[in-house]
Amino acid sequence: MRGFSLKASALSLVAPGLGQIYNKQLIKGLVFLAIDALGLWYFINHLYQAVWGVVTLGEKAQQRVKVGKLTQVIQGDHSIKLLIEGLIILIIFCLFILFYVQAIRDAHRVGKLREEGGTIPAFKKTAGSLLDRNFHITMLSLPTLGVLFLTIMPIIFGIMIAFTNYSAPSYIPPKSLVDWVGFKTFSDLLTFKTWSYTFWNVLTWTVEWAIMATVTTYFGGMLVAMLIQQPGIRFKKLWRTIFIIPFAIPQLCSALIMNNLFNGEFGPVNQYLAFFGIDKIGWLSDPNWAKFTVVLVNSWFGIPVTMMLMLGVLTTIPRDLYEAADVDGASAIQKFWNITMPRVLFVTAPVLITQFAGNINNFNAIFLLTGGGPANGSYQFAGHTDLLVTWLYGLTYNNNKFNFAAAIGIIIFVIIASISIFSYRQTKSFKEEDMVQ
Amino acid sequence: MKNTSTRIKLFFSYVLLVVISVICLYPAVWIIISSFRPGGAMYSPTFLPDRFTMEHYTSLFNDKSFVFGRWYMNTLKIAVYSTIFGTLGTTIVAYVLSRFRFKARRTTMSTILVLNMFPSFMSLVAVFLLFYQFELLDTHLALIIVYSCGAPVGGAFIVKGFFDTIPRSLEESARIDGASHLKVFSRIMLPLCKPILIYMSVTIFVGAWVDFVLARFLLRSREQWTVAVGLWDLATNFRTANFTMFAAGCVLVAVPITILFMMMQRFIVEGLTSGANKG
Repeated sequence: MRGFSLKASALSLVAPGLGQIYNKQLIKGLVFLAIDALGLWYFINHLYQAVWGVVTLGEKAQQRVKVGKLTQVIQGDHSIKLLIEGLIILIIFCLFILFYVQAIRDAHRVGKLREEGGTIPAFKKTAGSLLDRNFHITMLSLPTLGVLFLTIMPIIFGIMIAFTNYSAPSYIPPKSLVDWVGFKTFSDLLTFKTWSYTFWNVLTWTVEWAIMATVTTYFGGMLVAMLIQQPGIRFKKLWRTIFIIPFAIPQLCSALIMNNLFNGEFGPVNQYLAFFGIDKIGWLSDPNWAKFTVVLVNSWFGIPVTMMLMLGVLTTIPRDLYEAADVDGASAIQKFWNITMPRVLFVTAPVLITQFAGNINNFNAIFLLTGGGPANGSYQFAGHTDLLVTWLYGLTYNNNKFNFAAAIGIIIFVIIASISIFSYRQTKSFKEEDMVQ
Repeated sequence: MKNTSTRIKLFFSYVLLVVISVICLYPAVWIIISSFRPGGAMYSPTFLPDRFTMEHYTSLFNDKSFVFGRWYMNTLKIAVYSTIFGTLGTTIVAYVLSRFRFKARRTTMSTILVLNMFPSFMSLVAVFLLFYQFELLDTHLALIIVYSCGAPVGGAFIVKGFFDTIPRSLEESARIDGASHLKVFSRIMLPLCKPILIYMSVTIFVGAWVDFVLARFLLRSREQWTVAVGLWDLATNFRTANFTMFAAGCVLVAVPITILFMMMQRFIVEGLTSGANKG
């Protein structure tokens, strides 16, 4: 009884399912054959078109032909549609190849079993294993498909766009074709005078913002938590509940409210300042004030969260440490720097990094407050408080510079990835925990 | 001597606490009062108006261009379905990653991490085109699909971290007693991870409730909008002319979420803490 496995794999290589039938797994074989036939029929019709579309992005541009007195528009190829259709078909093709390989391996495995004189699992048993030994496959298949088409595919598409010239005004389908341009978008972004000027300034501000936003909320939260946690303070629960409220109001609303509070003309903040005889301040219209305001307001959003974290951390610091310090006659400041700070920092270091990364991408805080403004004339489609991510948004929505937006997206990814790789590797969840008992 | 200095310290602490409380509450109080103020202007010489009016609220429900009643129903529908499917998907992915050892496991985990590092706006154009291809633009189904499928990417690790803390022996003994994987999952694991499930559900629900970027992008006709898109429209097109109406819209959008948050406070703090520490 030799060669079952080889013959079965060879047959499955010809068509998945044949090997299974050869292995006397009739139903399984027929199911595989059906999938195979469906796939082949589909890909014969579509695969070439898909590859052609992705590679060339279309060859025929839209044309205007004069017919008598009228101009007629003859539709050409729509590059972007070709790209996305091609991408979808190629992904399905990858799934099909995966199925093909698995079918061959399955035939090989069952063939081996026969060589060794084992019993061939009946179809019922194979299907049953999907609820038992292969339970994870059953459970993961649907979420994986969803993520594949709604998260992975769009991101691949986005990355590809960065290497095309898909941008207004000259390269917007269906009017004209889009082409692959390699790294030209990136080199334009870094070397073109106005683009690189904007890019470096926005990048600098993004980093400045992320540092300031993280530091203010971190220490603000810590101080508020310590204030509540002080011995002798009553109604601790009440204070905590009040301080959580800014976090409970959706940021969409609170940021828009803040935008009005700090309105330079009619906003209440300036109104109160006028009461004290202080002139109107352009909280959101003056570049420097605007930067100050967004950090200030962001601490209003962010402090409640860090406060809650800190309240948890502070209670874990043993009381006797402070008592011992009291005996030694340490001042409050000494106690803070030598006991509280090191402990808290040790526990919350990963949070600090995550918050820093989060602030780099803090779209809501900037977009809803200033919309990136006040506008900066020497910038390319950006304002003084624009972060990379809000700039990306503006380039996509308002200016249709899709390729630049995508390139910036990739750059943001690189920044976040380098920060995260460091911190994620440290976390328990990712380390090969192998099972808490 | 010591006593006086402690007293002074406490006094200043209370003053500080009160000041912070005022800062925390002021924006909310201001917008609520504005929403009841007659007329449309933002500027008002006094903090409290001389009379309160409900007209801004009624006009938000009955105006030609504002149909908040309908938007509420739309949002509720989208948020509820997304929450159900999203939480289910997230829990399943997290459970499998926590409990099963299979070949693609590390790859799956790394993929999730990498996907989280891309700014989400990068994928918007493709998502738009995808739904355009399948003729799902301007439907609520499109949003439900996106939110549900996005949830596992964002939340699987937090839930997995929670699953990791549940002892394995628990389900092993159940398995020995003959329970199927499905039964172990639904009867033992799900009830145990209720706090994190609530946290996840609230996050997804709120996410769907306040999203104005994707929703505005995919929902084209006014009657299909969600409350967040409606509020965004109020804020951009009507704010200067009719600030009080914007204020009323703000209250309408914020109140359900704020109540939900305050009610679920305990779970949210727990989830946040575990999420921040990542297990």
